[in-house]
Amino acid sequence: MFHSKYLIVGASHAGLSALDAIRLIEPEGEVTLLCAESTPPYSPTILPYVVSGEVRAEEVFLRRSDRFERMGVRFEAGARVVSVQAGDHSVELESGEKWEYEKLLLATGAAPSIPRIEGLEGVSYHVLRTLEDAEKLRAAMSGAKEAIVLGAGLIGMHAAENMLKAGLKVRVVEALDQVLPAYFDPRGADLIERAFLEQGIEILTGERVEGVAQSGGRVELSLSSGKTLSGDLLLVSTGVKPRTEYLKGSGVEVEEGVVVDDRMRAGGVEDVWAAGDVAQARGFFGDSKRVNATVLSAVEQGRIAGMDMVGDSALQPYGGGMAVNTYTFFKHRAFSVGMGKVSESEDDFEVDQVYLPSSFCYQKLVFSGGYLVGASGINTELDPGVLYQLIRRKVNLEEEKGVFSAKPLEMGRVLMSQVWR
Amino acid sequence: MGKGYKTIAFYPQRCDGCQKCVEACSEFHAGSTDPVHSRIKVVEAGGAFGLALCRQCGEPQCVMNCPAGALEKDTESGVIKWDRDRCVNCHICTLACPYAGITYNVVSEEVMKCDFCEGDPACVKACPLGALELKRGAEIFNEWAELEDLVVPGISACLGCNSELVLRHTLRRVGSNVVVATPPGCMAGVGTVGVNGKTGVKAPVFHPLLTNTAAMLAGAKRYYKRIGRDVTMIAFGGDGGTADVGFQSLSGAAERGEQMIYICVDNEGYMNTGVQRSSTTPYGAWTSTTPVGTVLRGKSRDAKPMPLLMVMHNCEYVATASTAFMEDYYRKLEKAIEAARRGMAYIHVFSPCPTGWRFPPSKLIEVGRKAVQTNIVPLWEYENRVGRIRFTHPVENPLPVAEYLSLIGKFRHLDEEQIAHIQAQTQRKIEVLKKFTSEETTTTLHHAA
Repeated sequence: MFHSKYLIVGASHAGLSALDAIRLIEPEGEVTLLCAESTPPYSPTILPYVVSGEVRAEEVFLRRSDRFERMGVRFEAGARVVSVQAGDHSVELESGEKWEYEKLLLATGAAPSIPRIEGLEGVSYHVLRTLEDAEKLRAAMSGAKEAIVLGAGLIGMHAAENMLKAGLKVRVVEALDQVLPAYFDPRGADLIERAFLEQGIEILTGERVEGVAQSGGRVELSLSSGKTLSGDLLLVSTGVKPRTEYLKGSGVEVEEGVVVDDRMRAGGVEDVWAAGDVAQARGFFGDSKRVNATVLSAVEQGRIAGMDMVGDSALQPYGGGMAVNTYTFFKHRAFSVGMGKVSESEDDFEVDQVYLPSSFCYQKLVFSGGYLVGASGINTELDPGVLYQLIRRKVNLEEEKGVFSAKPLEMGRVLMSQVWR
Repeated sequence: MGKGYKTIAFYPQRCDGCQKCVEACSEFHAGSTDPVHSRIKVVEAGGAFGLALCRQCGEPQCVMNCPAGALEKDTESGVIKWDRDRCVNCHICTLACPYAGITYNVVSEEVMKCDFCEGDPACVKACPLGALELKRGAEIFNEWAELEDLVVPGISACLGCNSELVLRHTLRRVGSNVVVATPPGCMAGVGTVGVNGKTGVKAPVFHPLLTNTAAMLAGAKRYYKRIGRDVTMIAFGGDGGTADVGFQSLSGAAERGEQMIYICVDNEGYMNTGVQRSSTTPYGAWTSTTPVGTVLRGKSRDAKPMPLLMVMHNCEYVATASTAFMEDYYRKLEKAIEAARRGMAYIHVFSPCPTGWRFPPSKLIEVGRKAVQTNIVPLWEYENRVGRIRFTHPVENPLPVAEYLSLIGKFRHLDEEQIAHIQAQTQRKIEVLKKFTSEETTTTLHHAA
């Protein structure tokens, strides 16, 4: 039986953020980081760039062992947790090792969610969530010519772009009517799609995959429209879902993810926290809890969990998660924060749009009751971080609304300088 | 211990939007004045200026959120460094940074942020109006943090006590090869001498009478010299024990040239015994013995110019200080340590008292700062070898005294006439001090006395 006062399961953004928060207040207490994989910590967000070869697999690590040594933290690689005994304050690893803890953080992230499609199980396909996945995909790409990507979310779109750069012909299949449905409205999605089309990537939206079959080295997909696609490499990137199988029977409250309160404390048990892609926490808009699978949410939630675990009096409860991401593609740049999807002014929302398709620009600001609630931009001169803060901090723009809409970049910077120097 | 770093401060009230900082930054980093390359951006909107510049945060969000590990805080310089080789241009940093400190450059097609121009920021040098300043103050704390804190935890000073700050920093600098004398007053009252055989300071310390601190230290010093030991004598006397009942022994010791460092912790009253007036209580101040009613409106007499009186004693070193100007105080302590090898070094430390003066403890340093900025507490020093006074922190455009008086409860009752009196008296005090800045006048004044 091993023992650690603070036990963190999962060593990506949420786990590392919690680690720093703990060590800030408690420089001496035992902290152990259990990582299921055998490599040093990295971010899943970097994987598309490993696929393209832009970064080498050895260059992606966020921490090296000397950093953990200096911090007096135990880092255990290849230590996969398979069950949690919350009542006994212990977890069991795949190896049979048992770890006892006083405080436990679950930062196990999410795993690819594989859609139920007839024939998919018998077919060879790739996913992109771990370094191993990225290396496998990269290796497969060197022998492939025609790739098919299932799902036009951030991972699918990133992968498609990188596969094109590697010389493959790429087609993307998306069940909904547009690409990146979580972040952009139809206009924005349209611009993005155009960029991909111009580069020669075929995008099929509004198409469900009815069946998949393998014949020799090729995969055949039958789509709902009746079309068939054939290729020699299939990537399934239809979304991720929190990794919670190991929590069966533990008493930890799990719905879509581990249900947590505003201090990231897991429901149903004592002394357990959850943060990052695995956690289901309060949403910023509305009351229901949701999984916020973004880097920013993971870092913020990890920090809060760490602060609560160590009793940091500066802790502010979680304000709630929202869509918040950047997306760079083919020399273009885009971002979306908050309610970036509201398209037109409707009952409670006021939308200010600047749409210049010829220059590939699209900027949108969404207001509600004098507050900024959403912003998205494609190739705009805006500060995503400042806008995100304006939304989070609920800065009242009633007075400045005219100036703000006219000069959101400048006004954003002025407000930032005054309100949260 | 933590580290202190340099930082760039922006004063929007001095800015006129000339963009010279922007040009200088672009020039330094890209060899062009095209503002697109500038890491510093000053914009105007709605009648106000906004500054977008990397704050080199202590808890940097860009570093924490970068999925490529391309950003890292350099613990030596404090600057957040960006690694071009690791960067994948995902722009998550621009989303994580609340200050638009890291932004995308459409021409170079990379993100960019302030890197302090190798320690000598071009924008600071380029600003003609002083709206950008490179602040080095925090670096001093790296130095001081190495010095041992000789005051034990748990002394019972009030929340926000300035005198405790003086005690702690002074002993840090002077060190433990001392004999500390704390006459009755707040310093002794909080437990510096201690109880039951345990002292509140980690150095030899004793409790003289309120009347004879300087005399006792003089005796102790003479004894140590006789047995061949070089030990520094240091007193922490309140204004009562220094300017009032202790003045006789102090004056004698100063005139005889006794070797010691005498710190007067001036909180303008006998605070320990219930806020009674002393000779350094300023005009108009409320105390329990100068109450405010229909007839009496606080102290009716001006304070006596204690530090100037010590100059007239030909002390080796005399200075005034405020804890709101720590670098200045540390420098003066260094001079005092050296002067005390030859005679008396007297430092008069302005010590606002939240409890006795009635203001919130959180305002302590602001009160100390405003006192200097209004010239109510001018910072100067006198070295006998040099023979004249020198202002160590000259204030060209002093703020009106009302800005200081309005912070403090003991002045709440002041009427227009009283404030005018204080303003006039403050100006006169500076004029008198200015006379002492000339060597000739100082010598004349010495001989005339």
